[in-house]
Amino acid sequence: MKVKKTIKTTIYHVLVFGFGLVMLYPLFWMFMSSFKESGTIFTTASQIIPEKFITTNYINGWKGFAGISFGTFFKNSLFISILATAGTLISSALVAYGFSRCQFRGKKILFAAMLASMMLPGQILMVPQYLWYQKLGWVGGFLPLIVPYCFAIQGFFVYLMMNFINGIPRDLDEAAKIDGCSYYGIFGRIILPLMSPAIITGGIFSFMWRWDDFMSALLYINDAEKYPVSLALKLFADPGSSSDYGAMFAMATLSLVPIVVIFFVFQRYLVDGIATSGLKG
Amino acid sequence: MHSDSKLYKFLNKEKSAGVIFCLPFIIGFIAFLIVPMGISLYYSFCDYDILSPPKFVGLDNYIKMFTGDEVFWRSFKATVYFALVSVPLRLVFALIVAMILVKPTKLTGFYRAAYYLPSIIGGSVAVAVLWKRMFAPDGVVNALLGTIGIDTNFAWLGSTKTAIWTLIILAVWQFGSSMLIFLSALKQIPKDLYEAAEVDGATKVTKFFKVTLPLLTPTIFFNLVMQMINGFLAFTQSLIITQGKPMDSTLFYAVYMYQQSFNYNSAGYASAMAWTMLLFIGLLTLILFKTKKFWVYDQE
Repeated sequence: MKVKKTIKTTIYHVLVFGFGLVMLYPLFWMFMSSFKESGTIFTTASQIIPEKFITTNYINGWKGFAGISFGTFFKNSLFISILATAGTLISSALVAYGFSRCQFRGKKILFAAMLASMMLPGQILMVPQYLWYQKLGWVGGFLPLIVPYCFAIQGFFVYLMMNFINGIPRDLDEAAKIDGCSYYGIFGRIILPLMSPAIITGGIFSFMWRWDDFMSALLYINDAEKYPVSLALKLFADPGSSSDYGAMFAMATLSLVPIVVIFFVFQRYLVDGIATSGLKG
Repeated sequence: MHSDSKLYKFLNKEKSAGVIFCLPFIIGFIAFLIVPMGISLYYSFCDYDILSPPKFVGLDNYIKMFTGDEVFWRSFKATVYFALVSVPLRLVFALIVAMILVKPTKLTGFYRAAYYLPSIIGGSVAVAVLWKRMFAPDGVVNALLGTIGIDTNFAWLGSTKTAIWTLIILAVWQFGSSMLIFLSALKQIPKDLYEAAEVDGATKVTKFFKVTLPLLTPTIFFNLVMQMINGFLAFTQSLIITQGKPMDSTLFYAVYMYQQSFNYNSAGYASAMAWTMLLFIGLLTLILFKTKKFWVYDQE
């Protein structure tokens, strides 16, 4: 009986582990290819270990395009992602508190609007928003990539934080109110410090999404000086680009590093965030 | 501010405070959703190339879309095919893996991470350029097929039959977040339901179909709706990996809309496309909600 159980467990782990390897194989292949000599990546595509382990792809790739290095692209991505994330977190926390703790006229309609905006994919707004930002004179700069996020337009974050605030006992609010604390005081002194787990979860998701965002960069950024990493990587894939695949894989790998690091450090928060937001309508 | 002043009292009323806290969303919703959609509704009835002032042409854009534009229909078909195949496939995969991982072992945390990672980075340009090279004639897919004896330099991205499947595989590969959602839904199923079923002599299969699956239907429903909507507007991967080729077989709706607006300077037509898609997903969501009572288990 015991032997049978051990065999069963072993088969389970071999299968699940093997499938995991298949899942991660493309990423691992890209990572290892970035250390191969550019000319040998596809002639030796079936073997994962480079014949000669080199780092020149990273040096060549970092040089970037037309004299603009990947340092600039990374700086742009960081700038956009951090500001947009800060805007998202602050505005979403305020709105979530309003929805969670205050009764006011029109709240139901407003809440429905938020749920509807949650279901609306950004791509459908691509052309309408472009035409509007064109009128505002925002095209060509970072504004369309940052300002809208400072107005809680992503319902996901409001919903995530609302769920969290709903779990904080109202007795705390009532006690503070008796002590003469205003709604703003309660938010700033009691709720905000208590909701740091939700802020962290939201911050991670927002940062990762902004970092990966390609569509709005494609629409609004024309000047290569202002390119974020996602848009710069596309240059490698464009037809007619010089095909230095080593450099392409090196920079693609590097662009994933921040995301993968965040993923492994904050995995628990990510799991919680996904679980709370995907379970109910 | 003095706490007896009228302004303070007004601001600290529950009604005023609620509105003030929600102000960012009220402004954002109007300024970045309602206004752009409103403007584009008007432009959808215009001939507009962004550079010169719009000319009102009535329903011309819509009429052209439905009767005179074959590319529109090809892109619509490709998109529907992609969404209808990739979303159910991804959910089925996610559910199977979640069922396998639900029993905790020492390595479960590691497995969960390995399966979840692709959905975190799968939408990035880095993975898109990788995917494009993987399915190239000299790419790693053919190389691996070579090692098991299938020597080929088939251009996966060059055939109308296989190109869309490279995008479907990429979408299904990202089953991780749905898997996590199913995992936490599975953990919420009360244990005594299974025990009661066992007392009645239920097998594993009956337990799955009579207990697990019905209790998961609300989760499945919600994720089906959300992922369908997003599937209909897939953009980045098609734009980078296939550029809609070959013969528009992977020209997704959002990519064609982008091309109309920015490559062919027909922002009016693209606005009409945006509104058509909005109505389409609205209708689809409505239909899906109508089917709810037939297959979604109501816990109340």
